Parts: sequence; C-alpha cells; structure tokens
Amino acid sequence: MSIALETRGLCKSFGALTVAEKIDFRLDAGARHALIGPNGAGKTTFVNMLTGRLAPSSGQILMAGDDITALGQAARVKLGLGRTFQINSLFRNLSVLDNVALSVAERRGVGGRMWRPAGAYREIREESLSLLETLGIAGDAGVRVLDLPYGKQRLVEIAIALGLNPAVLLLDEPAAGVPSMESARILQVLDKLPEEIAILIIEHDMDLVFRFARRITVLVQGEVLCEGTPVEIAADKRVHQVYLGEGRHG
Amino acid sequence: MTHSGGYNADARIRWQEWLPWLAALAAFFLLPEYLSLGARILIYILFALSLDLVLGYAGVITLGHSAFFGFGAYVAGILSAKLGISDPMLQLVAAALGAGLLGLGTGAIILRTSGLTLLMLTLAITSVCLEIANKATPVTGGADGLSGIVIAPILGSFKFDMFGKTAYLWCLVVLFGAWWLIRRLIYSPFGATLAGLRENGIRMHAIGAPVYRRLLIAYGLSAMFAGIAGALLTQTNQFVGLNVLGFEPAGELLVMLILGGVGRIYGAFIGPVVYLIAQDQLAKQFPEYWYLGIGAMLVVVVLFARGGLLGIADGLIARLRSKP
Repeated sequence: MSIALETRGLCKSFGALTVAEKIDFRLDAGARHALIGPNGAGKTTFVNMLTGRLAPSSGQILMAGDDITALGQAARVKLGLGRTFQINSLFRNLSVLDNVALSVAERRGVGGRMWRPAGAYREIREESLSLLETLGIAGDAGVRVLDLPYGKQRLVEIAIALGLNPAVLLLDEPAAGVPSMESARILQVLDKLPEEIAILIIEHDMDLVFRFARRITVLVQGEVLCEGTPVEIAADKRVHQVYLGEGRHG
Repeated sequence: MTHSGGYNADARIRWQEWLPWLAALAAFFLLPEYLSLGARILIYILFALSLDLVLGYAGVITLGHSAFFGFGAYVAGILSAKLGISDPMLQLVAAALGAGLLGLGTGAIILRTSGLTLLMLTLAITSVCLEIANKATPVTGGADGLSGIVIAPILGSFKFDMFGKTAYLWCLVVLFGAWWLIRRLIYSPFGATLAGLRENGIRMHAIGAPVYRRLLIAYGLSAMFAGIAGALLTQTNQFVGLNVLGFEPAGELLVMLILGGVGRIYGAFIGPVVYLIAQDQLAKQFPEYWYLGIGAMLVVVVLFARGGLLGIADGLIARLRSKP
C-alpha cells in the first residue's frame, strides 16, 4: 500500500520544552488512522507541523514520497493536504455556503478573479451545495455561521476542508465540544467520506476513535508510545497505564 | 441591503442604488450655491469608498489612508504648477498610478504585520509623507501650500468655471466610474476572499489562499482610488495644502465611514454627506464648538448603532416589514 503522508525523525522544541521527539509516522493511502494521547502529548503541535503552520526543529515530512518540509501552508494545500481545527475556525459572519465556496474557489483557482460576480460562478455554488448535501446541512446554506448551533458549525468546519478535495485530511478533534448525542452524527458523516481520502483523526472521544479508526497511534509526551489496530491498542498495558486507565469513559 | 458580496449574492444593481445619483443630480440643479460643498462631499465619498474596501471588506484597520489621498493631491498639483501638465485626465491617471504604487510599496512592508502594529505603521507612513511635503518647499510649497495650479478644460472643451459647475459634474462622473469598479470588485470572487480575510485570516491560509498577495492587491487598489480622490480635490480647489496629509484627514475619514456604516458600500456615501453638511451647518451656527456636535453624533452612532446610520435604517426597515 502506498504512503500518503510520512514523517521521519520529526522533532520540535520550544526552548527547553520538547513537544515532539523523533516522531516516525506513516499514513497509508485511504487510511482511517487515529492519533490519541493524554492532554499535552503534542498532538496539535504534530498536526500544525504537518500542515506547515509550525516549522519542525528537525526531521522530515513527506507527502506521497516528496519532501514537503520546506513548503508553506498554501503549497501543501495545493498538494492535497486539508485540515480542520480543534476550535472552530470559520468565517463567522458569512453564510454557510460562502464558507465552503471560499475553499472550493481557492482549489479551482478562481479566488483571485476580479471581474465576473462571484454569483456567476455556478459550478462553485453547485459543488459547494452538493458538499453541504453530503454533510446533511444543505438546508442551512443561506444561514450565517454564527447563527448555527454548535454541532452544525463543526460540520461546516469539515465541509471547508472537504472543499479542498484533499488526498489527506487531518481532523483535529472533530467532535470537540459536541454533546455525545450529536457526536454520533459526526461519526455518520465521517463514515460517508470518500474511501480514497487518507484520514488522520485526533480525538478524545474514545467511542468515536475505536469505531472509526482502523489503526491507532498513541503519542505520549511528544513520543510515539505504540501503534496498532484498535484491538491491539485496547489490549496494550502501557496504553492503559498512561491513558485509557483513567481516560476511558462512556 | 448590506452588499456583502459572496457566491449566493445577486450582483445586479437594485433600483435603490440609483437614488444617490439622482440626489446628486438634483442637488446640481436645485442647490447651485452649494456646489463647492457638493464637490467636496463627492470627493470624500470616493475617499471613503477606497477606505471601505480595505477596512470594511478586507478588515485592515488603517489610520494612514490620507497618505494616498495627499499623494494624489500633490501629484496633480505638482504636475500642473511645476511641470505645466494641466490636462485633468492625465493628472488623474498619474495620481492613480502614483498613489497605487505608493500603496503597493508601503503595503509590501506593513501588511506583513497586523493589528496595532499595522495601525501604527500606517500612521507613521502618512506622518512621514506630511513631513516630506512640509520640508520639500521648492516642490510642494511647504507650509504655504502649492498654488499656481492651472487645470485645462476636460477633454479640451469643458472649462472649470468659477461657480464650480464643471468641477461638481467632473467629480460626479469620476465617482460614478470608481463606484462601479469598486462595486464589481466587491461582488467578485476576489471580493469574497477579502471578506474571508476579514473574518478569519488563519483559515484563509489553511485553505491555501495567497493571503499576503490578495491583501496587497486590495491595498494597492484602494490607494489608487484614494489618490484619484486627492487629485480631484486639487483640481476643484486649484490649491494643495499640507492638510491633505497626516493623521487629521485620515481620522476624519474614519469617522465619516464609521458614521455611515462600515463594509456596505453606501455607508461611504451617507457618512461624508452627513458629516460634511453637519460640519458646514454647525460651523456657521457655532464657529467655536462645531466639533462638539460632530463628537456627540459619533458617540450616539457608536453606542447605539454599530452598523452606522445605514445600520439604523436597516433595523427600521426590518421592523416595518415584520409588522403585518
């Protein structure tokens, strides 16, 4: 199986504080992979390095075999790396449709056009609407994001990332802040995502992780503790000690 | 009608949008003794529109937009008084290019920052421009201002008359063209990107938008329109003074735009109209205290109507419509 995203010896430290220590990680094409670990394990830092928001102190990041360590965020997005944010990062005063259309337009390379009205780009509106359709929020297309309930805002968060038509999708706690009743809805949406997208999910909701992921990596204090299938991880004593022992719920 | 653009917006011009132009034409025929005030209002509307593009749409807060206004004003003035180029069209083009380049040049540096740093840098740039204009007396006339400006007839046939009729109509035509272009820009995908930048720059990076380049283009275009407004001021007054540069005109402009309503195109129309007419009337009634009246008006608007005067109008219309 080909590798969609890979890191080799990835390190990051802020002064004396080391938040990533020689992380070797592989995300296979079409993977459903979860990254878990206790608070402060460095999961979000890891994602920020993958997307190019943070520069690693040392190590390499490769996408489909090419070194992308030196590329900026925009260049990585063009290569098909999409992400969502742990805390909603939306265009709050814009409509749901525009939130998605901005990202679709950027991918199709029309975001900088100045002459024709945006409304005349029907293909962008239609693609955005069909995306909202698959997430089940097409009915809210005209609503301003800040008027939406929180659970739906999380779906818009995912919709923006999907608008980029990513080959690799990094989901940073997609169910964060969502009541457990509604996290089932988010899981439904995630299950429907196209098979060919390689997905890395970072999540605290263990039900969601164990139902969604086919592979799990456990990160503790910036280091990879172990990696395996959900069954292996659930049986691993070290994982129980550092994480599941007190962290399991539901 | 907020004119926020976007992919679901209908970009066609609505009938209400013709009202300002009808009012401007009516003023031309009905208030001939106020044409010089009228021209000044039209110029400030253009200036405010240019600011609305970066402030209201792209979300760049600036206190230095007078740099481009003043630069345009001096370009037109110097061309005429020092180089003998008195064709108004040529002057406008030169002022637009000059101010646009100044916008790109300074924007290239300051748009790498944001927030308060950016605000202070914009202020610094217009202050530097003011000081240069003050010291470069042989070219700018320094504190005495630049006089001896001659403006040739427009297209060789419309002379600037002493009643200000030509100047008023000239300003109106130029404003109309600029409004049409800016409106197009706001409704384009580029305009939608600007709204995205205002709302969430981090996410714009994350969806792969060239954030810095888009901001720079918007800033340069805005500077260009501000420069055109400045050149119009020179042409209608046939004089340029230091008061076109520095904090004061920039702050005054900001007040006008906030008064009218930010990020909605027509706030840039209402603000200067109300501000400059109030200034004119209050200054006649209370020559010493007229600023107090302006201040009170601004406080009321900021406290009770965050969307400016147009925001109040929107609220009233919504209330009327909701009643059976």
